[in-house]
Amino acid sequence: MTEKTLLARLPTPANLGYSFNWVGRIGLTIILLWAVIAVCAPWLTPYPVGEIVDWDYFGPMSDKFWLGTDYLGRDMLSRVLMGARYTVGISLAAVTLACTGGVILGMIAAVMGGWFDTILSRLLDAFNGIPSLLFGLVVVAAVGSSIPVLVLTLAVIYLPGSYRFARALAVNVNTMDFVTVARARGENTPYLITQEIFPNILGPVLADLGLRFVFIVLVLSGLSFLGLGVQPPNADWGALVRENIDGLSLGVPAVVFPSIAIASLTISVNMFIDNLPIKIRDRSE
Amino acid sequence: MTDTALVSIRDLRIGATTDAGRKVQIIKGVSFDIAPGEIVALIGESGSGKTTIALSVMGHTRPGCKITGGQIRVGKHDITAMTEKARSTMRGTAVSYVPQSAAAAFNPSQRIMQQVIEISAIHNLMPQAEAEKKAVELFRALALPDAENIGNRYPHQVSGGQLQRLAAAMALIGDPQLVIFDEPTTALDVTTQIEVLRAFKSVMVQGGMSGVYVSHDLAVVAQIADRIIVLKSGEIQEEGATQQILDAPKHPYTKELLSAFEPVPHVSAEAQTQAGDRPILEVKNICAGYGPISGGEPHVKILKDVSFRLERGKNLGVIGESGSGKSTLARAIAGIVPAYKGSAAFNGQVQQPALADRSKDDLRGMQIVFQLADTALNPAQPIDKILGRPLTFYHGMKGRAREARVKELLDMVHLPAALRHRLPGELSGGQKQRINLARALAAEPELILCDEITSALDTIVAAAILDLLKELQRELQLSYMFISHDLSTVEAICDDVLVMYKGEVVEALPAARMSQDATHAYSRLLISSVPKLDTGWLTGLEQDPDLVAAFSDR
Repeated sequence: MTEKTLLARLPTPANLGYSFNWVGRIGLTIILLWAVIAVCAPWLTPYPVGEIVDWDYFGPMSDKFWLGTDYLGRDMLSRVLMGARYTVGISLAAVTLACTGGVILGMIAAVMGGWFDTILSRLLDAFNGIPSLLFGLVVVAAVGSSIPVLVLTLAVIYLPGSYRFARALAVNVNTMDFVTVARARGENTPYLITQEIFPNILGPVLADLGLRFVFIVLVLSGLSFLGLGVQPPNADWGALVRENIDGLSLGVPAVVFPSIAIASLTISVNMFIDNLPIKIRDRSE
Repeated sequence: MTDTALVSIRDLRIGATTDAGRKVQIIKGVSFDIAPGEIVALIGESGSGKTTIALSVMGHTRPGCKITGGQIRVGKHDITAMTEKARSTMRGTAVSYVPQSAAAAFNPSQRIMQQVIEISAIHNLMPQAEAEKKAVELFRALALPDAENIGNRYPHQVSGGQLQRLAAAMALIGDPQLVIFDEPTTALDVTTQIEVLRAFKSVMVQGGMSGVYVSHDLAVVAQIADRIIVLKSGEIQEEGATQQILDAPKHPYTKELLSAFEPVPHVSAEAQTQAGDRPILEVKNICAGYGPISGGEPHVKILKDVSFRLERGKNLGVIGESGSGKSTLARAIAGIVPAYKGSAAFNGQVQQPALADRSKDDLRGMQIVFQLADTALNPAQPIDKILGRPLTFYHGMKGRAREARVKELLDMVHLPAALRHRLPGELSGGQKQRINLARALAAEPELILCDEITSALDTIVAAAILDLLKELQRELQLSYMFISHDLSTVEAICDDVLVMYKGEVVEALPAARMSQDATHAYSRLLISSVPKLDTGWLTGLEQDPDLVAAFSDR
């Protein structure tokens, strides 16, 4: 009996009035796991990240080196754990900035229309024409590589896409009668954007965020490969794959595990976003 | 009966599971038969399960619903026992479907002919040339103009009434034994509806096909059906021959349905207006339109020189078909579509053409209520927020006072206060329209512009909304401008009527004497096109074909 009341009091999704399916739960669990690792990495790594600890390179998995060693004989487990900091941190920060900026600008453009919309859209279209890696190269070469510069560069690269997406959605919502009603009431643009439009485009915007996150992880690894991303001896996951790519034909764990790490993060982000907790609305019981 | 019937449905039960895992029954044990060549009408309000039953005859249920019990038999096919694959071979050949909105059912990027003969291609019924020949015959039987070439057009190149008939041709191409019509004329204008009904009726009689006709409009059903089944919340209330249902209804619900059809003549609110009083709304030579503006005039001109006066406490009806500019008139007055010429004076004060230049108090005094409550209410906001926003915006109400007022408003439109926590998607059509109205009332307006607010509702629900409008008028001294294509609703609530055609007012007259006094040919056509509760009305109806052709873009 007491056990039952305890169960009923736990803040599970069902008790809070939400339904949250298992796919979403698994996704969230993996994201949280990586987030915890990113924060606690310095205490978890068995060896210093930059130290060559093995005489052999591309070592196999063993008791000493759980995930084997890399092309210089450094411990892969330590490198993957520390890499989480860069991949999770930089990518999440960049995707948040890109989507927030893009969505806000997109909604303003849709609501205001006219010249503001035309000029902003053409400007961002033109910007979209610059190859992303080239742009990153120029910026990092000019300003130098640091984490804030990387985050901002990645955010700027992905903002136009997010803007286009949000604008297209917002234009549709903007023609609905309830927006006309709000306009006829005399509401201003900030109210229209935050209260009338944003809640109605949230779902697709989140799905887009998940996809954009994956792209940012990939571009970040591309920048790292060119030596413009995270600086050695530290490395993000993408850089770990690149630097150990020679071992692919040998099937060494040094190239497999960073790939698995990237896949697990990007897939679980999308699993979570596609299966967010939904408020249970059936109350007639 | 069971041996000879084409369709027999026995103890049909359809259920669904809600997101909380609760099971609900939508159809609760319905049984009926359809004889060969017979058209049976399913009638009831929205949510009564009429479309759900009609779709189940094809073995189809909407996502989330499931046939939980009973048996459906069509001809030799036992639908309930069939696999999904077997059902799909039967769809289009044994049973076919005419949807409510043909405009949404046609693919805009394909030519009409390609889509009409699709069924014969899917089921390999006949070679393409033969199918096209047959389609042209069907077009002719359905009285479509230019039957040889209409198939080469794209869906946007034909009118709404024509598209609805083309959808019927699509359903008939596979020679089905049974055709399901799902409210096929609800979205059409009255004059167009007549054409479409006539075409459907003649084609069904010629082909000797059976039909299921789903509708909430008793007068339309009276023209086409042999038998009527009255439904309410998933159960059959009454079943009988059309004439019997109309003349001698037994069930109280059927009686209610019939009485809702007879409009209660409008008694004008006590004339408190003194001679010197300013009219609440005075419109002078207003012109408005859409599109890019060049030389001070928009590209597409809709309203042409419309003038009228509305006295305080009176109601003005505006009637006309779609495209007549009646909605644009309301929008121009409200400032949503700025007028480029002429003026609208509210309470004696001339209003600025554009919304942005009007004062908050002027905006408050004149509220507009839109036709479709589905799109007029933000689906992401709960009701208390929807109603609370104008309270905060116009009257600065917050917290407790605001909540109390929201409850009061809900009470005013006869809804329970507990509804305020729901989202619009969780309400019925009638409830949504009441919320839509309550939001306008929250501003404490003097004039409400009602844009077809009962058109999307069932007869009984619409009648209840009209009663509510009258009651609110008595209590709050409101004035309404009531836009509609339905003459009986206008008669039921308005003092004066404007008849609009192609952006112009062709006639203005008192509502009570509308049917007798109308002199303009278009007004007469409109009045004669309103279906009557009489099985012989459509057959007996004589309209001058030249007149019909002159006033419609067929």
